[in-house]
Parts: sequence; C-alpha cells; structure tokens
Amino acid sequence: MSKALGETIPEFNKKGGGGADVSLSGGLSALGSAGGARTRLEILVIILVAVIIIGGAELTLTVMEVPQYILPKPSQIATALVTEWTFIWPHLLVTLFELFTGFAIGASIGFLLAAVITQFPFVEKVVTPYILLLVTTPMLALVPLLILRFGFGSEPRIIAVALASGPMVMINAATGFRRTDLAKIALARSFGANTLQIFTKIRIPMAMPMIIVGLMVGSIFGLLTTVGAEMVGGAEGLGNRLTYYSSLIRMPQFFAIILLLATIGISIYVFFFWLGKKWASWEA
Amino acid sequence: MTAEHTKTKLSVTGASKYYQTKTGAVHALDDVSLEVREGEFLCIIGPSGCGKTTLLWSMAGLHDLSSGRVAIDGEVITKPHPQIAMIFQDANLLPWRNLEKNIELPFELKGTKPDRARIDKLLDRVGLVGFGNKHPRELSGGMQQRASIVRSLAVDPSVLLMDEPFGALDAFTRDEMNLLIQEIWMETGKTIAFVTHSIPEAIFLADRIVVMSARPGRIASIYNVDIPRPRPVSIQTEPDFIARVMEIKTRIDNQRGQQEDHSSVA
Repeated sequence: MSKALGETIPEFNKKGGGGADVSLSGGLSALGSAGGARTRLEILVIILVAVIIIGGAELTLTVMEVPQYILPKPSQIATALVTEWTFIWPHLLVTLFELFTGFAIGASIGFLLAAVITQFPFVEKVVTPYILLLVTTPMLALVPLLILRFGFGSEPRIIAVALASGPMVMINAATGFRRTDLAKIALARSFGANTLQIFTKIRIPMAMPMIIVGLMVGSIFGLLTTVGAEMVGGAEGLGNRLTYYSSLIRMPQFFAIILLLATIGISIYVFFFWLGKKWASWEA
Repeated sequence: MTAEHTKTKLSVTGASKYYQTKTGAVHALDDVSLEVREGEFLCIIGPSGCGKTTLLWSMAGLHDLSSGRVAIDGEVITKPHPQIAMIFQDANLLPWRNLEKNIELPFELKGTKPDRARIDKLLDRVGLVGFGNKHPRELSGGMQQRASIVRSLAVDPSVLLMDEPFGALDAFTRDEMNLLIQEIWMETGKTIAFVTHSIPEAIFLADRIVVMSARPGRIASIYNVDIPRPRPVSIQTEPDFIARVMEIKTRIDNQRGQQEDHSSVA
C-alpha cells in the first residue's frame, strides 16, 4: 500500500493501489491496514516500539515509585501470570467454554434467522424492531435475572452470550443477504439452479464478507458479555477472577487476567481477519 | 445459407408482459410474435425501455409472460431450458470464483462432471488457456466476456440468448468480440438471439434484425441482412453498410416521431 504509484502495475477493475492485500468491505476495511507485516525492517520497528512501550512503562513506574496496588509493573504482571498460572487456567477454560458455546448457539440462530427473514420482506419488517431491541439492550442487565432462574453455573452466562452475539451476527448477515444481485441469480437459474442451490452458490458467497464481519463483532460482544456475566455472579471464570483479585488488591494478578482477556480478543480478531482473507477477499 | 434456416427453433407467440410497480402497471411487451429459425443469427434492436431484455428473459424462461407463450422445438417453455444458454451484460461472472470454477458452475448446478475436454477446447478457441486460476477482477472486460461465452457453450446448448453482451466494452474490444462470436456461430451452427442497441453491431452480426418500438414494446419491423459471410470488421466502413445503418436509423427515428405525435394528441 505504501508503494509509489509509478511502481505498481495497474490491475483491472481494482480500486486503489497495491498488490495482494485486498481488504474486506465495511467493518473490516477500516481494520485492513493492520494486516500482516512485510519486510524485516517493518518487523524490527514493530518489536522496537513494543520494547519501548513496555520498557518505558517498567522504567516510569519504577522511577516514579508508583505503588503496586495502583499500577503494577509489566515484570510483576508477567511474574504473577507465571506463578498463578495453575490457579488461573481452569478459569480460562471456563470462560472459553462459555464464550464458544454461547457464541456457537447465538451465531447459528442469528445466521439462520438472517437467511430466512431476508427472503420475506414483510417478516423482516415485523422482526427487525425486536432484533434492534436485542442489539441495543446490554445483555449484562439480564444476567441477575438469568441467575435467579438458572443458578450460578454456566447456563445463565451462556444464554447471555448467545443473546449478545446472536443479534450482532444477525443484523450483519441480514445486510449481506439483502444484497441481491438479480443478474447473478438469473444466471444460476438459467442453468437450472433450484432455490437451495441459489442460496448456497450465490446468496451465501455474496453475503460472506458481511457474515464474517458479523461473526467478528458478535464474538467480541460475546467476550465482553462472558466476562461481565462472570463478574456479576458465580465462582468461576476470568471475570470472577477480576472481582476476586481486585477485592484482595492483588493488582499484578488482576492485570495478568486483563492480559489474558486481551489475548483472547486479539486472537478472535486475527482469526476472523484470516477467515475474511480466505473466503471474502474477492470483494476489493 | 437460407435453405437450412427454414425450420423454426424458437417461437414467441402473442407475448405480452405487464410489470406491477408502485405507480401502477407498466406495459413492457405488447403482443410480440417472433420466430427464430434453426441456426439463425437474429438481432433484436430498439431504444432502451422497448422491452427487448424482457423479451429475451422470457425466451430464456427466466420470467413469466402475462399472456402468450414461448416454445423451443414446439415444447412450451415455462422455466429455464437445458437447450438454452444465456449470456449476460458485463459477463456476469461470480467474483468469488476463479475462471475455472466459474466455467464449471453450470455442471455443478446440474450435478454432472465438468466436460474438461470440451472446456479446454473452448478455452483454447477464445484464447484463455492458462487463466484458469485467475479471478474475474484480474481480467479485462473482454476476457471476462470470453469466459462467460465459454461457460455458456461448455454445456453445449442449441440456443444462445445474448443480452447486450458487449455493451460495456470499448469499441476495439467490441469489434474483436463481434468477430469472435461470428466465427463461433459459423463453426458451431448455434441458433443465436442477440439483443443490442447498436445498429452497426446488429447489421454486422445478424441474418435478420427485429426492430422494436418502445412503451409498450412491439415489433416495428424486421430486416433481412444479406451481406455474405464471413464479414470482416472493415465492412463497417463500406457505403453499402452505412446505407443500411442509415435506413434502420431513419425508420426508428420516424417511428419515435410518430409516437411522440400520438402521445401529444392523447
């Protein structure tokens, strides 16, 4: 992308310059520039900046003599992560389990609903207000209610995650499914395609970029809701550990959990970015 | 050439079509009757909004008529027919598939194995060998349209319906494509119905030209083009060719003039 215009070969029907990095539409395109380092120099600079930030934090906190209970040093956080690992990892597994289960349920329902209702404009008009209600209402608010009904186990959190991620997947996928290209559908029909084939061979691939954006946004919302729900009640999960460690003012451990959560979030982003490149890179 | 063209391949009888829109019914086709003879190259020409695409899509079985019928070899068409293949405006390749997968689409939809030998031969014929793993966005408009021709011919239909296929191409590529389609037509003996709004293109390609008038779409007149084949691109600058273009153009202009008179009276 940074290459001078004169050095790039103009390619047919391509918007913007630049070789192979075809970014996704909509939500992904804004994030597209974050994808992939190229040259050795770029990697070196990236590492250098990371070292400066972490080292700078370490140095500043040491020099300013900031107490550990206000902001622990990076080295203390790393040490806490290693020493507490045996106590932390079962909670990590619980959080991942709740996130994956809730997201799988929510995303499946959201995807199917989007696929079905976009075929019936009237149904879509009827259903949309309720979907918007689900999208805009923080599902965390429902967690105490869900706990009353389902107890302190994983169920209320899984339900909350499904409720938070499903509508996100749905509205984005619906936007994708609404992009009907009559000529492409006519093409498939002219070769004798049935309704199911039009759906699998034309509508789904065409909606794919938006579906992936929906999955990405939905899973990030799912992560937020998982952690939030764990903080509200129960004795397991990384969210629970956050409340636990903060109540004991064990800040290095607290920040170690934050670090883990950030890692999960970034992994989700990287995964869907990769999926987008693989399945939806046709949309320049 | 005329003797073998007497058998009717595709017939349109009393075709009318109304579209229901928010502002009322639009009368797109009015009692159109038309015969496409076996092995014939027929061009349908007319101003935009004259219903020529509607007519072609009805012939492809892609949408219903309000009244009238379309038949291939006497068999009434109500849905897309395997003997009829459509070539669309702007090539209409699927952007998420590479060229090879695009060309295999018709086989995939029919649940049969792609006829590799035939596809390779066709790719060679249109000069697209070695582009199989390219995506449509990596190809020029002309190459995309060549691929779409291969896609349609790969399933060996007897009728090709072409809906302004070269309208978006530049003049040079357009000439090239017209030559190619003429050659393919002469080699394969397919029956072709070709919609265009370019009079020279229609004269260059057609055995017969059906001129349509607008709102509602009617057949205004039919011209025979008896220029011997193969017709070279250079023919388009010859006085005889230009005279034919002028003749059709004058007729269309007169028609439109008359229509405007009618509408001002009404």
